[in-house]
Amino acid sequence: MLSVLILIPLASVLLKGFTLSPQRFFEIITEKNVICAFLTSIGCAFLAAFINCVFGLILAWTLVRCDFFYKPFLDGLIELPFALPTAVAGITLSKMYSDTGFPGKYLSAIGIDISYTHAGIVLAMVFVGIPFVVRTIEPVLRKLDPQYEEAAHIMGAGSIYTFGRVVLPELGPALLTGFGLAFARGIGEYGSVIYISGNSAKAHTQVVSYVIMQKLNYMDYEGAAAIALVMLVISFLILLGINLVQIRQSRRVNDI
Amino acid sequence: MTDRKDNAKLKGIRHRSIERVLIIISTIFAAVMLVLPLGYVIVQSFSKGAAFYLSAITTENVISALQLSLFAAGIALLVNTFFGIMAGILLTRYSFRGKQVLGALIDIPFSVSPVIAGLSYIMLFGRTGWLSPVVDDLNSLTGLGVKIVFALPGVVLATIFVTFPFISREIIPVLNAAGTDEEEAAGLMGAGAFTVFRRITLPHMKWALLYGMILCTARALGEFGAVNALSRTRGETFTLPLEVDALYLSGSADSIVAAFAVSSILVLMAMLLLVLKTFTEYHMNKTGRS
Repeated sequence: MLSVLILIPLASVLLKGFTLSPQRFFEIITEKNVICAFLTSIGCAFLAAFINCVFGLILAWTLVRCDFFYKPFLDGLIELPFALPTAVAGITLSKMYSDTGFPGKYLSAIGIDISYTHAGIVLAMVFVGIPFVVRTIEPVLRKLDPQYEEAAHIMGAGSIYTFGRVVLPELGPALLTGFGLAFARGIGEYGSVIYISGNSAKAHTQVVSYVIMQKLNYMDYEGAAAIALVMLVISFLILLGINLVQIRQSRRVNDI
Repeated sequence: MTDRKDNAKLKGIRHRSIERVLIIISTIFAAVMLVLPLGYVIVQSFSKGAAFYLSAITTENVISALQLSLFAAGIALLVNTFFGIMAGILLTRYSFRGKQVLGALIDIPFSVSPVIAGLSYIMLFGRTGWLSPVVDDLNSLTGLGVKIVFALPGVVLATIFVTFPFISREIIPVLNAAGTDEEEAAGLMGAGAFTVFRRITLPHMKWALLYGMILCTARALGEFGAVNALSRTRGETFTLPLEVDALYLSGSADSIVAAFAVSSILVLMAMLLLVLKTFTEYHMNKTGRS
């Protein structure tokens, strides 16, 4: 059943991609707007994943270690980007940050444009990626014994030093996994990005998913398959990276 | 002595103030990134009054889209629950060659762009697809004019594809943690396979299963990219997110407000599912600790 539903369809994309002559394949994927789309997608997803790691760590930390009355509410909210349809998130964010929405009106008054620029793409990717980072860090942080921090503290280490030398190394693998998941999600993201990005070839704000969809709409199945093939390879590499991190982590944990 | 005490106190204060700063950062982030968009959808959808809102969400297109969304999500939920349980049991209770590969393969839909999922079904069943002759043959044999791509089956298939891993992913850790002792004991006492499943395995994974089903439903209702590639006819094969897209892209001020009105239905469903999810999470933690 798995193979019928998932593997055969994906294999057909691979096959289609491979039936192209190598020359034609390279022609398609080195088209100027395709290259731009890949750069945009990868660059924005990378930046968004990084921002998510910073805020995800802070959010996970407050959810695990701090106590405040609306914590359950905040905890429930984290999954919102996951439950909210991407198209809804997309139109909302793009309208909010356009020059007529709130807070976009005030931001553009002081010269910051978010909708229809790369900043908008990053913003949308941050939105969809945040639950991945928080939810991968949270369980690890919960298991982490505060005793080590206390020990470091008693031995005279400052907060930043303790965090950098005691907490961060423990969270490293989880942070990397969260980064990878958010990154993969960002690269493949479609619904929430296409509205806010403006999809202008001139301003390089087309993402890869959009280019694939555009080719589909023009019935250019060859082109779509070729780009999809490259994207599949990228997401497999990310997946492989995540698995390696996890294997290394479990090996280290078992050693101790 | 007092000096050291003061020092410790000072550190305590500093620690608490750092904590406060972190809480404030988290709150601001959540407020700007998560609460604000939610509120914005509601405000926008009522910006032309309640009458406009009501008429916007009761057009023929919206109702047909709502029906299709619920239908596709329902089928996806049924299919994925069944196969999710099968895959979960297979991966935790039996050992066979390639088990790890299968475990990794199940997660594929997570890391593949939904647009590619849609594309792959077009490659398979579309006019030039590898399986389209088979579908044609079946149609001429049975006399049915079944279309898959750009029709209802395509939408349902795409929805199943993107929600495939959710349930098995949730129940696998629970099944692993529960172990096989009780099942073996029941088997030795003469219980049949189905009785063992119903009386022992199912109660163990009850909440995890429910949790996975909620996630699956949420994702199925909201799926956009994959369905977008496979659906062309508004009012027939459009799901709610596609209807939102169509309304938003028509560009007139009225239709944009209508798009937000339709979005508010989806927001409502998402919130409902989030509440349900929090509820099951609470039960999961309770049973997990006991």
